[in-house]
Amino acid sequence: MEMPVPDAAVVADKARLVTRLAEVLPRDAVIHDPAQLRAYECDALTAYKCPPLAVVLPATTEEVADVLRICHAAGVPVVPRGSGTSLAGGALPTADSVILGVARLTDVLDVSYPDRIIRVQAGRTNLSVTGAVEEDGWFYAPDPSSQLACAIAGNVAMNSGGAHCLKYGVTTNNLLGVTMVLMDGTVVELGGGHMDAGGLDLLGVVCGSEGQLGVVTEATLRILPKPEGARPVLMGFDSNEVAGACVSDIIKAGVLPVAIEFMDRPCIRATEAFAKAGYPDCEALLIVEVEGSPAEIDEQLGVILQIARRHDPVELRESQSAEESARIWLGRKSAFGAMGQINDYMCLDGTIPVSELPRVLGRIREMSEGYGLEVANVFHAGDGNMHPLILFDANTPGDLEKCEALGADILRLCVEVGGCLTGEHGVGVEKRDLMGDQFTPEDMEAQMRVKDVFDPSWLLNPAKVFPLPVSEARRMAAE
Amino acid sequence: MIRPESEGDLAAAVREATGPLRVQGGGTRGAATGPGGGLSVAGLMGISLYEPGALTVVAAAGTPVADLEAALAAENQRLAFEPMDHRALMGTEGTPTIGGVVAMNVSGPRRVQVGACRDFLLGVRFVDGTGTVVKNGGRVMKNVTGYDLVKLLAGSRGTLGVLTEVAFKVLPDVAATATLRLDGLDVGTAVAAMSAALGSPFEVTGAAHLPGDGATLLRLEGFESSVAYRAEQLTRRLARYGTAATVEEAGLWRGIRDAEAFAGTDEDVWRLSVRPSAAPDVAARLSGARLLLDWGGGLIWAGVAPGTDLRARLEGIAGHATLVRAAPETHARLGTLPPEAPAVAALSRGLRAKFDPRGLFSPAAVDA
Ligand SMILES: Cc1cc2nc3c(=O)[nH]c(=O)nc-3n(C[C@H](O)[C@H](O)[C@H](O)COP(=O)(O)OP(=O)(O)OC[C@H]3O[C@@H](n4cnc5c(N)ncnc54)[C@H](O)[C@@H]3O)c2cc1C
Repeated sequence: MEMPVPDAAVVADKARLVTRLAEVLPRDAVIHDPAQLRAYECDALTAYKCPPLAVVLPATTEEVADVLRICHAAGVPVVPRGSGTSLAGGALPTADSVILGVARLTDVLDVSYPDRIIRVQAGRTNLSVTGAVEEDGWFYAPDPSSQLACAIAGNVAMNSGGAHCLKYGVTTNNLLGVTMVLMDGTVVELGGGHMDAGGLDLLGVVCGSEGQLGVVTEATLRILPKPEGARPVLMGFDSNEVAGACVSDIIKAGVLPVAIEFMDRPCIRATEAFAKAGYPDCEALLIVEVEGSPAEIDEQLGVILQIARRHDPVELRESQSAEESARIWLGRKSAFGAMGQINDYMCLDGTIPVSELPRVLGRIREMSEGYGLEVANVFHAGDGNMHPLILFDANTPGDLEKCEALGADILRLCVEVGGCLTGEHGVGVEKRDLMGDQFTPEDMEAQMRVKDVFDPSWLLNPAKVFPLPVSEARRMAAE
Repeated sequence: MIRPESEGDLAAAVREATGPLRVQGGGTRGAATGPGGGLSVAGLMGISLYEPGALTVVAAAGTPVADLEAALAAENQRLAFEPMDHRALMGTEGTPTIGGVVAMNVSGPRRVQVGACRDFLLGVRFVDGTGTVVKNGGRVMKNVTGYDLVKLLAGSRGTLGVLTEVAFKVLPDVAATATLRLDGLDVGTAVAAMSAALGSPFEVTGAAHLPGDGATLLRLEGFESSVAYRAEQLTRRLARYGTAATVEEAGLWRGIRDAEAFAGTDEDVWRLSVRPSAAPDVAARLSGARLLLDWGGGLIWAGVAPGTDLRARLEGIAGHATLVRAAPETHARLGTLPPEAPAVAALSRGLRAKFDPRGLFSPAAVDA
C-alpha cells in the first residue's frame, strides 16, 4: 500500500502552522510533540502507521471552522478522526497532515421523544447515545461491535452497520441531519429534525463519504422505543449449503428477524476454545434473533424452528432465559477477540447476494488451501455481509503480503458474484486499490466530482477511497 | 418525444441533445414542465432480477410500478415504502414508472416506521448530462463501497441524470392489518396521541390525522395474533386520548397515501416536512387551509387558495414546504422547491453543474 509523498514545504513549515493553530485553540488542544503524536499514527488497521504533522482537538464547531480555515489557507491536508477504530485505515495520517480529532465534542444537545430524535455532538460514542435515552425506554439502533469506543462522527463517515441492521438499517437510515464544516471553513446544516430532504439529498452522500467532504460536528439521529423483548435461537448444521438454504427459507417465509448471524467451523472452534459458550462442533452455526412480546416471539420462533427442522439441524437450541440468551450471543460477540488470541488476523468485509453464500464459502475454502492460510467466517447472513478472518503470523516474513493477496482475491470474488468490496467498514486505504475491480473509471469519476464540489482543493483526507493514480491529477492540480 | 429502447440508445440521445430535455417516465406526477424536447424512459422496461430469498429486485427505470408490485405480490412481498400514486391528486393519466418514484423519492404512510424510498434503494444506473452511463451501489443490502450516489439520485428530480435501472430491498407482505381510530381530537392532541403510539414498542406503520373528519388513524401490521395483541395494548395506552375503535381498512390508507382528499379541487396543494412536534403550530398558522397530517405529523399536506405564498406564513418553522400542485405561474413565482441556505444552495448548484454541465436537465424536469 502506497501513500502520496508528503509535501516537503508543508512539513518544513510545521512550526508556523502550530503557532497559528495555537492562536485559535486552547493550549492543550494542539498536539505537536513527536512522542504524543505517536498515539495518532494509525487506527485499528495497525499494519500501517505514520505520525501526523500535528493533532488538534477542537471543542466547538467554531473551533473546527477556525482550524480548517488555517489549514485551507496553508494548503495542509486534514484527516478527520473520531475514535480511531476504523478497520480500513480511514483515519490513517500522512506526514504532512493535521489530524482533526472530535473527541472533545461529546455533548447531547437535544432529545425529543415526540419527534423520536436525539441531537448530539459528533464525538460522542455510539453506545453513549443509547445511554442518554435508555432509562426512558429508547435506543439508537445501529450497533457496530465497536460501539463502546467508536464515535458517531466515524459512524456517519463510514455509514457503519451492526448486528441488528437487517431490521433497523445502517447509519444512513437512522441519520436525519448534520452540522458540517467544509474545508474552507464554511458551516453547513444538512437535514434536521424533519424526515426528508427538500432539495438534493446531500446528507445521503455525506454519510459514507469517509471524511472526504467535510468535518461533521453535530448529528441528529433517529431513536426508537425499545422492543418488549428479544430472544435468540441457535442452530447447527452439517454443511454451509444447508445453513445458507435455511437463511433463505426463513426470509422467504415472511418473518423478519432482527439478526441472522452465521459462523463456520474454524470460527466455532476458535471461539469455543476462548469463550466456552457451549456451541456444538458442527460445520455451520446460525444465531437467529426475533423481537416482540413473549407470545409474538413464540409465534415467530415457531415458524423459524419449523423451517430449521426441515433442514436437518444437528442442534437446535431455543433460549429459555436471559442467561441462556447471553450465552448464545457470547461466542458470536467474542469471535474477533478469540481469533486475536490464537493468531494475527485480517478481517474482511465484503457483501454477497445471500443466494451465493454456499458457492462463495466453497470458493473461499479452495483459495485458503491454495494460499496455505486459514480462513474463519463469521458474518451477518441475513444481508450477505461477510467477515472472513484470514489468520496469519505477522512475524513470519511475507505472511502479511500473502494474507493481503488472499484478502484481495476474496473481495474480488464478492464483486464477481454480484456483491461489493465493503459492506460496512469502508474503503479507506485498505480497499482503495481494488476500487477499479468494482467500478469503471466513469463510475469513479462521478464520485470524485462530488468531492470536487465539496472540497475543490482536495485537502480533506485526500489519499483515501480512490486509487492514487485515479485521484492524482486532482490532488496535484489542487496543490 | 424520443423514446429509446435501451440504455445505450438513451445515452446516445443525451449525447446528441442540443438543448434542454424534458425527461419523462409515465407523466403522472406533473413535474415535467418547462421547455425542451421530450425524452421518455418508458421504453426501458422489465424486471431483470428478482430473488425473494434475498429480498432483492432489480428493474429498468421505465417499468410500471404496477408490474413491479404484481411481481412482488406473487411472492408475498412488497415495496415497503408504499409509493404514492399521484394521478388522482395531479389530475393526470398515464402509467407511473418506478424510475419516477425514485427520481421523486416518493414514499407513503409506512415511511414513518420503515423508511423512505431512498432507504430501500440499493443501486442505480443512470446517464448523466454528458451522456455517460454511471452505476452506483448494487444489488446487495449492505454496501459502503465509494460514495453513496444512490441517495443523491433519489429525489434529485432528474436534475443529475436519467435513471435507467434501479435495485431495491423489498420486504415480506403481512398477514394482517388493523386500523385504530380516535375521534374528535384537535391537532395538538392528535399529534400527541400519534407520538405516543409511535413511541410505543408496537411498531405502528401508519399515523395520520384528518382534521376535517376529526379522525386520528393508527395502523398495525403483522401476524394475525400479533396485530390483535398490539391493537389491544395500544388501545389501552391511548385511553387518555379517547376510546380507540377498530375501523374498516378498505382504501383508507391508499387514500391517505395518495392525498385523495385534494383530488379534483381547485386549491393549490403544498407538501410540508416538519418535526411532528411543530405540526400544531403549523396548523395554527395555516388556519383556513385544508390539512392532512401523515407520518405522525411530520408530513403535512395543505390545500390553500390558488396563489397563496404558504412559505411566508411558516417563517421560523424548521423543515420545508414543496409546492406540488399549482398553476405554472404560481410555480414560477413562488418556486416549486424550498429555498436553500446560501452555502447549501452553492453545493447543490455545484453538483448539478458537474453532472449536467450543459444544463440539459435543469430547470428540473422529470415526470413519472
Ligand atoms: C473490534 C471492532 C469491531 C468493529 N465492528 C464494526 C461493526 O460491527 N460494524 C461496522 O460498521 N464497523 C465496525 N468496526 C469499524 C469501526 O468501528 C467503524 O468504522 C466506526 O464507525 C469508526 O468510528 P471511529 O469514531 O472510530 O472513526 P475513526 O476510525 O476515527 O474514523 C473513521 C473515518 O471517519 C472519518 N471521520 C472521523 N471523524 C469525522 C468527522 N468528524 N467528520 C468527517 N469524517 C470523520 C475519518 O476520517 C475516517 O475516514 C469495528 C472496528 C473494530 C476495531
